[in-house]
Amino acid sequence: MLSAWLNYRTKLNQAIDDLAWSIFQRIYQFFFDSGRSLLFFIESVKLIFAKPSRIEEIVKHMEFIGNKSILIISLTGAFTGMALSFQIYLGFNLVNATNLVGPTVALGISRELGPVLTGLIVAARAGGAMAARIGTMRVSEQIDALEVMGINAKQFLVSPRIVAAFITLPLLCGVFDFVAMVGAHILGIYVLGLDEAIFWDKILLWIKPSDVFEGLIKAAVFGVTFATICTFKGYTTTGGAKGVGEATNQGVVHSMVMIIILNFFMTNFIRFYLDLVNG
Amino acid sequence: MSAQEIAIEMQNVKKSFDGGHEYVLNGINLSIPHGQLTVIIGYSGTGKSVLLKHMLGLLQPTSGRVRVLGQDLASMSELELGRFRRRLGVLFQHAALFDDMTVLENVCFPLREHRRHWTANQIIEVAEAKLNASGLDPKHYGKLPGELSGGMKKRVGLARALALDPEVILYDEPTTGLDPILSEMVDDLILETHERISGATSVVVSHDLFAAFRLADHMVMLDKGTVLLAGTQEDFYNSKIELIQRFLAKGFKRE
Repeated sequence: MLSAWLNYRTKLNQAIDDLAWSIFQRIYQFFFDSGRSLLFFIESVKLIFAKPSRIEEIVKHMEFIGNKSILIISLTGAFTGMALSFQIYLGFNLVNATNLVGPTVALGISRELGPVLTGLIVAARAGGAMAARIGTMRVSEQIDALEVMGINAKQFLVSPRIVAAFITLPLLCGVFDFVAMVGAHILGIYVLGLDEAIFWDKILLWIKPSDVFEGLIKAAVFGVTFATICTFKGYTTTGGAKGVGEATNQGVVHSMVMIIILNFFMTNFIRFYLDLVNG
Repeated sequence: MSAQEIAIEMQNVKKSFDGGHEYVLNGINLSIPHGQLTVIIGYSGTGKSVLLKHMLGLLQPTSGRVRVLGQDLASMSELELGRFRRRLGVLFQHAALFDDMTVLENVCFPLREHRRHWTANQIIEVAEAKLNASGLDPKHYGKLPGELSGGMKKRVGLARALALDPEVILYDEPTTGLDPILSEMVDDLILETHERISGATSVVVSHDLFAAFRLADHMVMLDKGTVLLAGTQEDFYNSKIELIQRFLAKGFKRE
């Protein structure tokens, strides 16, 4: 009986030790990876200004991130605008405040949904492709080939992608905002029967340019975030095709989670800053 | 050998990837003669490719010193190392061609990067000459790497490695994964290239003993991260080291 009890206690202690060790390892790995990706980001940013300039590469990646995402961004924007205006209409109709549907939708789109959804969609589409492309280059020794040719692989592969995402994401966010408002307009005016003049008049009354800029700044930060995470995951890929798959998956998932977390902190930071500036 | 006669020198090079628990290279002392074709042989997992990456400065030793063409690689900055590597050419195991570029673009690429004052026509002319010298039919110049056979990829990889007229050419397992006929073709290509470029130093990393004895002026055998024997083919034939005798007994057939 005592021996069984001692055996049980030993196993329990071992299980608790294993659990604690695994939690510690995960936390350690998280901070280790975060530190490495931060250094990777700083080095890549420095290399943006190094010679030779990579403008051709930047334009090529802008075309890939931006031009090839416009359709999916427009489609998502239109339906998000329509769904949001419908839900807000249903809520405001209960308190006879349907004249505020326009500005509420516009605020939600420009400050939050526009940048966040643009970041998430482009991270999934272009970020995944970045991680897979660079990861494949790593495991097939193409990155080594670049290095032995005397070409800085980070400057050639990573920095242009970060710059391209930084420039392109606010533009895509602008497209998303515009199409979402068109969607909200069509649903609100032609389906729900809201007054067009009131709808736009209230938007012009309540929405300031700073609300739109807030969203665009967020989008630029999200662009840099997903480009850094996905290129980092691709650049540090090991282990063949399986490694490329894992890098792509981790790149997309980490980018999405980071965008959502960053959005919360940026919202608070920008509110705090605007309160400070406006007294 | 005098300093001028040595192209690559490694002094007590050790490399560990796990903080010193296990050493992939365990005190390598090696001198690769200038202007000769050296073959580094050894069983799989003896550290041949890691050794090659040290020669290219892609890996830094945990301890010890690597000098290539008289330069200490560890003392160079990233920028200096980048410039220095233009003096080296590498044919990778699977050629490592850029898969989004055509054959011609692959060979033009290092020239576009490092001969910025050249016109597009000059670059194409030189790239075509390199491809022609490596024996690739011009009808393949517009193809993507995915459309080429293993042998063709090696030819393109070699043409790209030679694009900047390197002083040292390194070959990483050039015949791995190729059938005997293609392997022989690649051996011939290495020999032709070495003979054509006067004064160039060639280093071939391989586990193919047949190729080693066909190609080498100078041979190095690695085992467990150390140099077991370095010398001429004669030295290998006369060696009393058991592992070398076993390796020689097994390795003369191409399957």
